[in-house]
Amino acid sequence: MIINHPLLGPRDSQEFTYLGDANLIDRPDWQAEDAVDQFHDYLYLRNNPAGAHRELWFHEQGDRSWLVVTRDTRTHEITAVELARDVARAKGRSK
Amino acid sequence: MSQTNRIAGGLIDRSQTLNFSFDGKTYQGHAGDTLASALIANGVRLMGRSFKYHRPRGPLTAGSEEPNALVELRSGARQEPNTRATVAELFDGLTARSQNHVGPLSFDLLAVNDLLSPFFAAGFYYKTFMWPKAFWEKLYEPIIRRAAGLGSLTMQADPDTYDKGFLHCDVLIIGAGPAGLAAALTAGRAGAEVILADEDFLLGGRLNSETLALGDQTGAEWARTTLAELASLPNVRIMARTTVIGAFDHGIYGALERVSDHLPEPLPGKPRQTLWRIYARRSLLCAGATERPIAFENNDRPGIMLGGALRSYANRWAAVPGEKVAIFTNNDDGHRTAADLIAKGVKVTAVIDSRADAPRIADCELLAGAVVTGSTGRLGLRFVKTRTADGRERMIECQALGVSGGWNPNVHLTCHQRGRPQWNAALAAFVPGGTLPPGMLVAGAANGVMSTAGALASGAEAAVATLADLGRKAKPADLPQAEDAPVQITPLFHVPGKGRAWVDQQNDVTVKDVKLAHQEGYISVEHLKRYTTLGMATDQGKTSNIGGLAVMAEMTGKSIPETGTTIFRPPYTPVPIAAFAGRSAGRDFRPTRLTPSHHWAAEQGAVFVEVGMWLRAQWFPREGETTWRQSVDREVLATRKSVGICDVTTLGKIDVQGSDAADFLNRIYANPFAKLPVGKVRYGLMLREDGMVMDDGTTARLAEDHFVLTTTTANAVGVYRHMEFCRQCLWPDMDVQIISTTEAWAQYSVAGPNARKLLQKIVDPAFDISNEAFPYMGCGDITVCGGLRARLFRISFSGELAFEIAVPTRYGDALMRRMVEAGREFDAVVYGTEALGVMRIEKGHAAGNELNGTTTALNLGMGGMVNKKKDSIGSTLSEREGMNRADALNLVGFRPVNPADTFAAGSHLIARDAVANAANDQGYLTSVAFSPNLGHTIGLGLLKNGAARKGEVLRAVNPVQNSETLVEVVSAHFIDPEGDRLRA
Repeated sequence: MIINHPLLGPRDSQEFTYLGDANLIDRPDWQAEDAVDQFHDYLYLRNNPAGAHRELWFHEQGDRSWLVVTRDTRTHEITAVELARDVARAKGRSK
Repeated sequence: MSQTNRIAGGLIDRSQTLNFSFDGKTYQGHAGDTLASALIANGVRLMGRSFKYHRPRGPLTAGSEEPNALVELRSGARQEPNTRATVAELFDGLTARSQNHVGPLSFDLLAVNDLLSPFFAAGFYYKTFMWPKAFWEKLYEPIIRRAAGLGSLTMQADPDTYDKGFLHCDVLIIGAGPAGLAAALTAGRAGAEVILADEDFLLGGRLNSETLALGDQTGAEWARTTLAELASLPNVRIMARTTVIGAFDHGIYGALERVSDHLPEPLPGKPRQTLWRIYARRSLLCAGATERPIAFENNDRPGIMLGGALRSYANRWAAVPGEKVAIFTNNDDGHRTAADLIAKGVKVTAVIDSRADAPRIADCELLAGAVVTGSTGRLGLRFVKTRTADGRERMIECQALGVSGGWNPNVHLTCHQRGRPQWNAALAAFVPGGTLPPGMLVAGAANGVMSTAGALASGAEAAVATLADLGRKAKPADLPQAEDAPVQITPLFHVPGKGRAWVDQQNDVTVKDVKLAHQEGYISVEHLKRYTTLGMATDQGKTSNIGGLAVMAEMTGKSIPETGTTIFRPPYTPVPIAAFAGRSAGRDFRPTRLTPSHHWAAEQGAVFVEVGMWLRAQWFPREGETTWRQSVDREVLATRKSVGICDVTTLGKIDVQGSDAADFLNRIYANPFAKLPVGKVRYGLMLREDGMVMDDGTTARLAEDHFVLTTTTANAVGVYRHMEFCRQCLWPDMDVQIISTTEAWAQYSVAGPNARKLLQKIVDPAFDISNEAFPYMGCGDITVCGGLRARLFRISFSGELAFEIAVPTRYGDALMRRMVEAGREFDAVVYGTEALGVMRIEKGHAAGNELNGTTTALNLGMGGMVNKKKDSIGSTLSEREGMNRADALNLVGFRPVNPADTFAAGSHLIARDAVANAANDQGYLTSVAFSPNLGHTIGLGLLKNGAARKGEVLRAVNPVQNSETLVEVVSAHFIDPEGDRLRA
């Protein structure tokens, strides 16, 4: 596969390490009332759809960016590649 | 007489005569021959024995789809089994042997299998060798393995190298027949970056096998002229002997180039084969078509081959398998073979055409509405039996029979991404359909365009369309006048009869086997394949799949497209495993990382151990030491008595900087870091989000906004990846930058009572490293050896007064030599990973054996370190009830009740009076060593509620070695539990 890195252009997927569902960005608030339950769901209940899937890839043999890649798990078609940092900020994450 | 069956003409170079041998007999051929064509020219039709029944077999085809003519090529370490004689290029001195027979090829003792064929039908193994169970391994399997199968391996190492390569292009054109050449000419002239790949050594595809004219040239001449122009274009790369084996995601194609297979051995410095990864913006599949046979009784006799193959041997290689030839066809193309052979002066005894309205094309006897029902000849064809239109039986003499059942477009690569071909009734064949791999177009016979003129035009048009898609303008290449006959075919896949008619010759599958599969309910194509093994041989059923489907369709009363098609998968033709491995073989399987002191250690005769990719010194044997224990005990005792040096460069080092660096570390470690003063080091415990321990190490604060942390050797990569995840995905606005500096610094541990004295000879006098100025857990930037920048950390893994000293990697070797020199007056030793391990077990430090992915901070006795007043990775889920049970495993020490006893890591802990089973399991030993300081074996282990069980005696049970030892639960700190030595 070829991943179109937002900063570096098209790169072979062999340069990357795969992590999984991009919902891992949504780390819960540790001070929430039901924090343990929220963390449990966050860690163990991952999406695994047949179709478009937003997932985390790490450019380990490259610039060490974490990317959010939207990939169709049936065809491997990649429709979007974003810097995970930008995705995290858009979700309201900061410090 | 040499080359008795060689006729005039052909595309071989008769000025070059090549000697070769087959089954020990010497023959001659010419440059341009394949092994199969040269053998046919020498009157050899019998080339091997079949897989299961040991039937005599000769070539069915003249190309890579060959199921029968498989030989062992070359000798010695380069011997390769199952090589297709039809694509093995002849070279001077080539040696080949037939395979799969006992005794001579002409009298194979295992041909008895053929007489026993009723027992060997589809499913025979499954039904017969069921019981008794013990017989399978001992009796049945060895016999079957001996009798079935094909070539044999030499069991010698492959002496050749294999390369991998990477190419990029605008358009990859797969196949250099008329369609591919017209496409390449069109795209090449338009200036596009073109790769033209073809599996053959002579490009041109069928143009080299036909006598049809292209304008005022022969097809072969036009191919030469066109290739010459393409070769002159700098933007076109022509790759002969290169098979495109697969269409992968996003326009990536795999291709195997047989760089040296046409030579006796590779030229110096050249690989045998190169596996290319081709990144193509677009691709054009111009892979042509493969002819298919018609099954009839005994249709596998040497001399019976495909009509188009017979034509290739006559036209391209000037070789015919016999004086008299007959043709069996269901379409007009079969007649073309007869006409070409007659033009070459070969006697064609008859054309047998199953169609009642067969046209008269060739000047020979025509049996319209007739079929071939059988054949005779023990080791090669002598007569075919026919049934004429009026139902009479007639024997026709011939040494060769050309069979033409129609042509199947080579759709394989269109299916590599789950595209399904569609049935075309006019061609009676599957053509590409549905979804093609993105960026691919198909042209020529591969797309069902069967005439030469059609192939040329469709190639040029496809190139124009492809370039338009890339935003380039191109005009179709000017193309010559060419044959444009329509396909005339009345499908016929097998001639009904009582005897065995072969569908898949490589796996010995007959029409009867397909019928049996149907009878037993294996109707789905995928079941049919697996039950009969139809199409599952190395040829992947290129000549047999459609025939098998047709028979099944007939049985079920469905049409062929309703019956289905099988999925084609890469590779298109077999690829040696060695080509996939490339240079990653033997010691180059993966990179080897050497420590800065490696060369020094090698000079000392150190024994090395692989630790991940690293090679680390395990121990340093000295003269007179005969066992590893002697060396390791000496290294441990000398270190604790005076001083020892150890290369610890392999530990991961990560540099952390930024105004939020302290806060960042506070979140990735379970214990707090915010208040660590500058110039101090702190132990850090890193958890996974699920609360299990991920890693541990030390973190030094070099400045307010600058830290250096260490990881374990094994987790260096994973911890760094995790930290980048936290930084970018969880807290994207934190001002923190990280980088791995593992390879930037050489780092040595200097441990023992004389460590400071030794280092005072190395560290520049401006730096005071006394206990007052540089206490335990201190750190700082220093200089050594007269101005070289260095870092010093007062940390200890051994439990002794110890420092770790780091210098830029390029000075690592020099520093080791300097320290050894400086240590001479203290009898300093250099110790390896074994002594390192012994000392950390003596001190009770957890390491990889304890940080095994199943342990929590609580298990390791560090539960109190998980700070509950801050958010850190893993802190929330550490609070789960199941991870805080009263009977949780605790890390404790063990010693044998009888000091002479030993025990092993991995042993399980069982109460003295309990049965040793899983229900009574109390825990297990993680690390065990012999302590030379204590004089007996010691161990660390995880024991239920262990912290409260000191003094208890348990059994360490080792069912693997069938041993058990009485052990006493003790503190994990065997040496200096108060830590006085550390702080000395």
